[in-house]
Amino acid sequence: MLKQIEGSHAVAECVAMCRPNVISAYPITPQTHIVEDLSMIVGQGKLDAEFINVESEFAAASVVLGASAAGARAYSATSSQGLLLMCEVIYCIAGMRLPIVLTCANRAISAPLSIWNDQQDSMALRDAGWIQLHAEDNQEAADLHIQAFKIAEQTSLPVMVCMDGFILTHAYEPVDIPEPKQVDHFLPPYAPKNIVDPRSPKGIGLFADPRFYLETRYILHRAMEKSEETIKEVSAEFAKAFGRDSGGFIKTYKLEDADLVIVSMGSVVGTIKELIDQMEEEGKKVGLVQICSYRPFPRHEIYNVLKDKMNIVVLEKSVSLGRGGILASDVRWSFPRAEKKDRNISSFIAGLGGRNIPMDDLRYMVEKVEKEPVELEFLGLKKELISGKDL
Amino acid sequence: MIEIRIHGRGGQGNVAAAELLSIAAFKDGKFAQAFPSFGAERIGAPVMAFVRIDDKKIRTREDVRTPDYLIVQDSFLIETVPVLDGLKPDGMILVNSEKKPEELQLKTTATVETISATEIALEIIGRPIPNAVMIGAFCTITGLVSLDAVQEAIMGKFPGKVGENNVAALERAHEIMQKR
Repeated sequence: MLKQIEGSHAVAECVAMCRPNVISAYPITPQTHIVEDLSMIVGQGKLDAEFINVESEFAAASVVLGASAAGARAYSATSSQGLLLMCEVIYCIAGMRLPIVLTCANRAISAPLSIWNDQQDSMALRDAGWIQLHAEDNQEAADLHIQAFKIAEQTSLPVMVCMDGFILTHAYEPVDIPEPKQVDHFLPPYAPKNIVDPRSPKGIGLFADPRFYLETRYILHRAMEKSEETIKEVSAEFAKAFGRDSGGFIKTYKLEDADLVIVSMGSVVGTIKELIDQMEEEGKKVGLVQICSYRPFPRHEIYNVLKDKMNIVVLEKSVSLGRGGILASDVRWSFPRAEKKDRNISSFIAGLGGRNIPMDDLRYMVEKVEKEPVELEFLGLKKELISGKDL
Repeated sequence: MIEIRIHGRGGQGNVAAAELLSIAAFKDGKFAQAFPSFGAERIGAPVMAFVRIDDKKIRTREDVRTPDYLIVQDSFLIETVPVLDGLKPDGMILVNSEKKPEELQLKTTATVETISATEIALEIIGRPIPNAVMIGAFCTITGLVSLDAVQEAIMGKFPGKVGENNVAALERAHEIMQKR
């Protein structure tokens, strides 16, 4: 049913329909509403799950790790410092191949403290062996959670669903919330492949000496790469079952004739589409490639759709300090070395710590890149705040 | 697309007002988007909330910078926050104030309206939360969202006595603005 609903509420309702057996989380802005809602749903007896209160995100991640290892469908949600505090366990979950689903309500990282949105938090854990899916709007955020459990359980890989904090989590907009029956039909009960069971004692994730460890990483890397097929299949199945496209690997917008292409991910994609339509009316052909699956990275798709495009600009809400745009690096790496020569791939960092990304700034970016490639620029940088600083 | 920006202080129901307007617009058959822009999350801190209403799906995620309408829940904010920034010259600003619009001496060509929302809220709801009164006045002046839909939205979000009191406050605001 189509509802005017807050993003967090929509996600909580959809997660509940996925019937997790165990939910554990520690409240942190801007993720809080999701687990608040879930605790209420469990408390009201509408979902038969264990909601386990814990003293920290480290504990929350550890609880879902244990629950999943024991055969439960397990879910958690966090943001920012919370995700970083989970870091050690996040790697363990992937290494143990536990199909946990976690929502990251994307938020900036301290210091200085910022409760506002950017994507540095999930980016900090991109190498952990988790599938990372990014939502454009709240419909997609809700839908991706339903897909995430299926993808996770089919691949034995954990899935992080990323949605921009506040901009999506706290936004009211229309979301089509499916019927529980539809979700039950789409997502069968979890049938764990391996469980820890005291009746038949065994351990997982224990100890791999130098004779074995390298191979565990290789296998996990290959599994991540191979999950591409599952992500695409599940997205296609979802479209068939629910009648709308959500998720997948990448999406494109007005790409075919585009002279210049913006690559980005998350909620800013909506503003970019609006700009593309405006510029089209002015006679400019700008296109978009939207990354939905950031990990595994859609390298081949990016190459295929962009191989004839010579002017590309990557816009992202994260930065590798001392290196530059992270997504930009990934996009640059998607082209074979011999082909890089005449292709301009500009890199813009925007929206850090919740800085508004107005359409005017995006227009400035497009117009600048039309003239010359940009190695790296922080969009909307206030010169008056940095002048005289020891740079 | 119509854009609304709400200014207030934490605790005045700014975010709730934006949500309720968006739910009501949705009930009226329109597309709507509402989202907050928190400062520090504490009572008394300046807060903004944004609403967009359109006949088609709303995609943009930028803050509302050139609003058609401003709703100011605390008139003292006008002295400390640049609330008028970007207000369209032919737009409208509704201020919670016991003063007459011209007494505020706002530097704008937009229409200025006032209602003594805190006073009315104290009388009807018993708490100084002006949002229902402000929404009632806003809907009556602009006709942008139907009063019935707002009432439904309020009762949906705050069932029982709290909702009923807020609906009463909404109706009082409607009566007052209709008389003007």
